[in-house]
Amino acid sequence: MIRLDSLTKVFDTPKGAVVAADHIDMEVPEGEICVLLGPSGCGKTTTLKMINRIVKPTAGKVFINGEDTTGLDTQTLRRNIGYVIQQIGLFPNMTIEENITIVPKLLGWDKAKYKARAREMMAMIALEPDAFLKRFPSELSGGQQQRIGVARALAADPPVMLMDEPFGAIDPINRAVIQDEFLKMQQELNKTIMFVSHDIDEAIKMGNRVAVFREGKLVQYSTPDDLLAAPKNAFVESFLGEDRALKRLNLVKVREIVTDEIGTVLPSDTLETALAKIDDYGYQNAILMVNERKQPAGIISRSVARTTKGYCRDHFQAVPAVVDLDDDLRKAASLMFAHDQTWLPCVNQEGTVCGQITQRAMTSHLGARYRARQGDDRKPSAAIKE
Amino acid sequence: MELFHFALNNAGLLLSRTVEHIALVGVAVGIATLTGVPIGIAITKNERVAQSVLYLASIIVTIPSIALFGIMIPVLSLIGHGIGYVPAVIAVLLYSQLPIIRNTYTAINNVNPALREAARGIGMNPNQRLRLVEIPLAIPVIMAGVRTAVVLNIGVMAIAAYIGAGGLGTFISRGISQSDPRQLIVGAIAVSLLAIIVDYSLLYLQKRLTPKGMSREAAAT
Repeated sequence: MIRLDSLTKVFDTPKGAVVAADHIDMEVPEGEICVLLGPSGCGKTTTLKMINRIVKPTAGKVFINGEDTTGLDTQTLRRNIGYVIQQIGLFPNMTIEENITIVPKLLGWDKAKYKARAREMMAMIALEPDAFLKRFPSELSGGQQQRIGVARALAADPPVMLMDEPFGAIDPINRAVIQDEFLKMQQELNKTIMFVSHDIDEAIKMGNRVAVFREGKLVQYSTPDDLLAAPKNAFVESFLGEDRALKRLNLVKVREIVTDEIGTVLPSDTLETALAKIDDYGYQNAILMVNERKQPAGIISRSVARTTKGYCRDHFQAVPAVVDLDDDLRKAASLMFAHDQTWLPCVNQEGTVCGQITQRAMTSHLGARYRARQGDDRKPSAAIKE
Repeated sequence: MELFHFALNNAGLLLSRTVEHIALVGVAVGIATLTGVPIGIAITKNERVAQSVLYLASIIVTIPSIALFGIMIPVLSLIGHGIGYVPAVIAVLLYSQLPIIRNTYTAINNVNPALREAARGIGMNPNQRLRLVEIPLAIPVIMAGVRTAVVLNIGVMAIAAYIGAGGLGTFISRGISQSDPRQLIVGAIAVSLLAIIVDYSLLYLQKRLTPKGMSREAAAT
């Protein structure tokens, strides 16, 4: 757990005092990633660096796991906080092993223990220990170097990590890979993490919570979904971008908006029955055919059902696409667009049909909170409150 | 041919003078390194002090060596060392300060700020940062300063023969006073060769002392 209590930084510049962080109050619950987001100069990095005193706070307190860190010795504090920076900052004069084991060494671990730890860390970041431990940072690619940077920060198993645009200097393809790897690691490690980013997509992907900063103030602190659905003011709204409703597609699972009303036919049904069902359920083009185990087997199109006589099993076409309950809406939307469908059958883990997802349901779900928000805006009090 | 014969006939003397010369410069630059490197590191903490120290060291280098010896004669006479070994070593010590202090200062100051921040961020105290990160990274540039000092002062030490410090300069000073071009030229060539050979040896040492990961980095760029 990280708690910031009125954390403030005032820089004295020749042009006068500049408030870089203004009474920041926030709390990151244990095991969560909090992304500090905002344009450059908004105070997000200053806030992060006050936690490990790279920037000395002017006022306010930092609590880690409930303990006030003000009284702690700076070196002790830092050794117990993992720190990853954008420039990576591996020491070029040390081997990968020496880089990874530096914090355990500073903490006085014995040799056998930190050597074993280095191998453990390499396994965690999926790099072959024997191939890499004795090499130097300059021999590694940028992506590999930043994996080592993360390993170094995690080596002493600190409860808390600070990451300052850690993946900012890595090319987009590798960045996505490292982000995924990191999230996977985090599922097991459950560290409490503060993560600075200026990239809204990264924030939504990585954060359990997102804190939006502007001119030294914390403007909004909420879950990514809340942030996208209900931006607090015009600044947050414009920072999130016009397509923020689309960004939410990543955050919502099919499970949340699936309806179990789905009309299906069996292979043994007649085409006449199929046509009736198509009309009953209001399908425009086709109806799903399932087998005895309720797995999708094909579709019967309206035109075939209307013009032909016989049984479904002889006149079906392939199912264009199905989605899993755990897929996100982005995938569902993509499949709908690709196959020119307005609805898709949904299957559970066993592959049996358990409902359908419609374009209508998606747009209405994504728009619901957004529209409610717009309703609020029309009230004068809400506008002034901003 | 005549020169060659002269050198051959005086090989023993030439060798002992060379050893003497190396010893003088070695001791002086050795002491200069032990003082200059800590000074160079210390002044990185304060920009204004740094500028004053570097300015002072620059002024010292502008004093002609003959004048410096002249100044030291009355001062060091007080302790009975007006001429000879002591003033020679002191002069070289002073001349060495500029390249060594300046290179150390520049090298430590130019350590990549990201590495500095990483070192702070993982909890190294100022001493550990110096010992584990900043000095290892600064070694190539510091060594380059020492090399400059050595080569520069092999020449200065030749002049110290005039105050009776010995070394290869003796050939030159005698060559001039006895109007013997053989001694003069052999002495001059010996000083030049010594400077070149020592420079290359120190370059080799510099490469050996450079941390492995960095020499690769340098080779890659």
